[in-house]
Amino acid sequence: MKFFVYRYNPDVDTAPHMQEYDVEVSRGMMLRDALMEIKRQDEAFAFRHSCGEGVCGSDAVNANGQNLLGCTTPVSELKEPVHVRPLPGRPVIRDLVVDMSQFYQQYRAVKPYLIHKDPLPEQEILQSPEDRDKLDGLYECIMCGCCSTACPSFWWNPDKFHGPQALLQAWRFLADSRDQATDERLDALEGPYKLFRCHTIMNCVESCPKSLNPTKAIGKIKELMLKHSI
Amino acid sequence: MTLARRRFDALIIGAGGAGLNAALQLANANLRVAVVSKVFPTRSHTVAAQGGVNAALANVFEDNWHWHMFDTVKGSDYLGDQDAIEFMCREAIPTVYELEHNGVPFSRLDNGKIYQRAFGGQSQNFGGAQAARTCAAADRTGHAILHTLYQQNIRARTHFFDEYFGIELIRDEEGAILGALTLEIETGEPLLIEAKTTLLATGGGGQVFRTTSNAHINTGDGMAMALRAGVPLMDMEFFQFHPTGIAGRGMLITEGVRGEGGYLINKDGERFMERYAPNAKDLASRDVVSRAIVTEVKEGRGCGPNADHVLLKVDHLGEDIIAKRLPGIRESSKIFAGVDPAVEPIPVFPTAHYMMGGIPTDRLGQVVIPAADGSEQIVPGLYAAGECACVSVHGANRLGGNSLLDILVFGRAAGQQIINNLKDSPEHRPMSEAAIDQAMAKLTRWEQPGEGISVRELRDEFRKVMEDHAGVFRTDEIMAEGVEKVKALREKLKDVRLGDQSKVFNTARIEALELENLIDIGMAIVLSALERKESRGAHSRPDYTERDDVNWLKHSVYFKEGDRLDYKPVQTKPLTVETFPPKPRVY
Ligand SMILES: Cc1cc2nc3c(=O)[nH]c(=O)nc-3n(C[C@H](O)[C@H](O)[C@H](O)COP(=O)(O)OP(=O)(O)OC[C@H]3O[C@@H](n4cnc5c(N)ncnc54)[C@H](O)[C@@H]3O)c2cc1C
Ligand code: SF4
Ligand code: SF4
Ligand code: FES
Repeated sequence: MKFFVYRYNPDVDTAPHMQEYDVEVSRGMMLRDALMEIKRQDEAFAFRHSCGEGVCGSDAVNANGQNLLGCTTPVSELKEPVHVRPLPGRPVIRDLVVDMSQFYQQYRAVKPYLIHKDPLPEQEILQSPEDRDKLDGLYECIMCGCCSTACPSFWWNPDKFHGPQALLQAWRFLADSRDQATDERLDALEGPYKLFRCHTIMNCVESCPKSLNPTKAIGKIKELMLKHSI
Repeated sequence: MTLARRRFDALIIGAGGAGLNAALQLANANLRVAVVSKVFPTRSHTVAAQGGVNAALANVFEDNWHWHMFDTVKGSDYLGDQDAIEFMCREAIPTVYELEHNGVPFSRLDNGKIYQRAFGGQSQNFGGAQAARTCAAADRTGHAILHTLYQQNIRARTHFFDEYFGIELIRDEEGAILGALTLEIETGEPLLIEAKTTLLATGGGGQVFRTTSNAHINTGDGMAMALRAGVPLMDMEFFQFHPTGIAGRGMLITEGVRGEGGYLINKDGERFMERYAPNAKDLASRDVVSRAIVTEVKEGRGCGPNADHVLLKVDHLGEDIIAKRLPGIRESSKIFAGVDPAVEPIPVFPTAHYMMGGIPTDRLGQVVIPAADGSEQIVPGLYAAGECACVSVHGANRLGGNSLLDILVFGRAAGQQIINNLKDSPEHRPMSEAAIDQAMAKLTRWEQPGEGISVRELRDEFRKVMEDHAGVFRTDEIMAEGVEKVKALREKLKDVRLGDQSKVFNTARIEALELENLIDIGMAIVLSALERKESRGAHSRPDYTERDDVNWLKHSVYFKEGDRLDYKPVQTKPLTVETFPPKPRVY
């Protein structure tokens, strides 16, 4: 199977180029397996990966125009020749490795941790199964970045717009019955950019490998804001 | 060029559950703590843990920590240290509550309490009815815990060095550890981190075997760093093969699947565990189930065109339970085995999973060099916690759900002990140039030009050797050959050359450094295994089929210098309760 892979090594290259590789496909081969095979052929090729089972979020790349995880994408589902590029809109460090600092900054900006102000009980803080169900579809985010790097608003304003991943996490805590910082969280999202730059283009939903729905979460935050303002 | 340096009160190498729980204690105490991780923290392999974490909360059935302790001692095949086990089982309860308070989204029971499921090797009342002791967040417990701990560390303003690779510990003449040499992966520049205390929390090393549930990054770096700093590794022959990896690929199918009611069948559709463990059946201890599966396949009752695996049947649980309790498993089965467990059984075979052995520590996470008379000498400034450490609470075989517990309890204990120790050590000890040069040589070794064997080639060869010579069943002949082969590969390592000498994000260089570590711990595994002439827990020998408490109720201790093995007695005396004396282990 033919692959064209984005190559750029700042130590030796003046400009990026697409390099062609031939990979012998085996049964059940995932894109990550193919990239590892390419690395066998060419030691200098760099990409991030670790768990191989879609849980660590390391190996998000752009293949044939789609953001996805290498380790859970069977090569048989990709049209040949496969064009593999780094996630779009982020500075490239080398080959498929991009600089995700801004993405992590935006995550930190939403205070992604439980804030519980009452004195803590001796045992667990109780939560009904129904309340716990509200966290499903939110807490599973693996921070792969497929969504935010597919979001046009994040491309244009990565410093101001939080982007779908961070907003999904903002909602994860707003939705948690144990969290007691709703007002602060909502206040912090006020303003024209942090939340409101989302134009519901839905790229994020389409590209999430965990089938999460940041657009819906953003909608919920807006709803809650509205409720709180009246 | 001068070497960049940073100074901290505490250096933590590793940002999995162990490292992050330690960091959280330190950051909450307002100490300057640096957490170094070769991957972004939430990519650490704790994220992959599925089933859950054990604590006798008694939310489902009656339970208490003493029963938990009994199960753990028995599960360890009596090789676990009973003082440490008592400590862990007692601490389990506040530890899980603390996690919950920190925000872990545990699944819930109708009364609002944390959901607990049944796991293998758990009993009520010292060997009675099945207990339900594993606290779960669906089948994504590790993910839920790791993300929560990272989040709380953000709140506590822990200082992170993401994508920095720990190369070598720095020590002075007295053997005290003064920090570590690291490599910033993005720039390819070395960074020396000086610290009054250093905690190794680098996780396991499943990558020594070809088929494993462990991630690409699980290369045992911390254990190898300790070895090279003169610290031995304990009980390295005990490597757990998890019974249910996806056949041919190695990804894990959690024991929680059997806890929820799934069971194993052979090609005749027989529920064969009933023959091997009449009482506990599919929830017998992991070593028992793994051996049963391998025996079924060896005796021709395997499934599939090559008769090389067995099947895990789940569909009878019904769509609802599967969707609610095992969503991650369903997803993985579909992707990697091409089956929907709600319709078809999952093809499974044992996969290299967990290292019971590691860097010897005491209950407070302090690294100790054990002597044969049972005394222990503390290595000043060095701590270890998590899968890279050996306290030892798992002995010869770890129970499911006890590892997340181990990393959290001892990560926390180490953090607290570091806080105590820092009170007495206001100053950084001086670091000699010679010690720094020695560490730098690890790095410059890979700058040798010229043609040679590639890292890949040697890595592939090594992992195959380990699988063939230190797998589930072990004979003298097979292992002796293994030792020779690993020795030969260690020699060959000198002829390995790096083709790519560039600096920026050079993953080939990282893999070269990892390969050296893998071979160091591989040697510890085969040698310790060859010498232990009995069957105990995960260490199963057809040529010595019985457990031998007279000669072998002791820990193996491997030193890199001279490939030397030593032994140390098991601590059979608990802290406050009576000893559980060794008994035959039947399930
Ligand atoms: C698939 C799977 C499922 C599991 N399920 C369960 C379960 O349900 N219940 C249970 O109790 N246990 C389970 N376990 C076991 C348990 O998850 C692990 O033992 C545990 O998470 C290890 O945690 P840790 O903090 O020690 O290491 P890890 O989480 O592996 O973290 C190691 C850290 O060290 C860093 N590191 C390593 N080397 C270097 C270096 N050279 N330089 C810098 N940083 C370095 C890494 O970047 C990482 O941050 C499971 C294990 C696997 C593989
Ligand atoms: S829906 Fe909003 S967040 Fe998602 S891609 Fe579109 S603009 Fe971005
Ligand atoms: S929301 Fe989905 S795509 Fe976005 S970071 Fe999380 S897991 Fe990845
Ligand atoms: S390698 Fe971990 S998500 Fe793909």
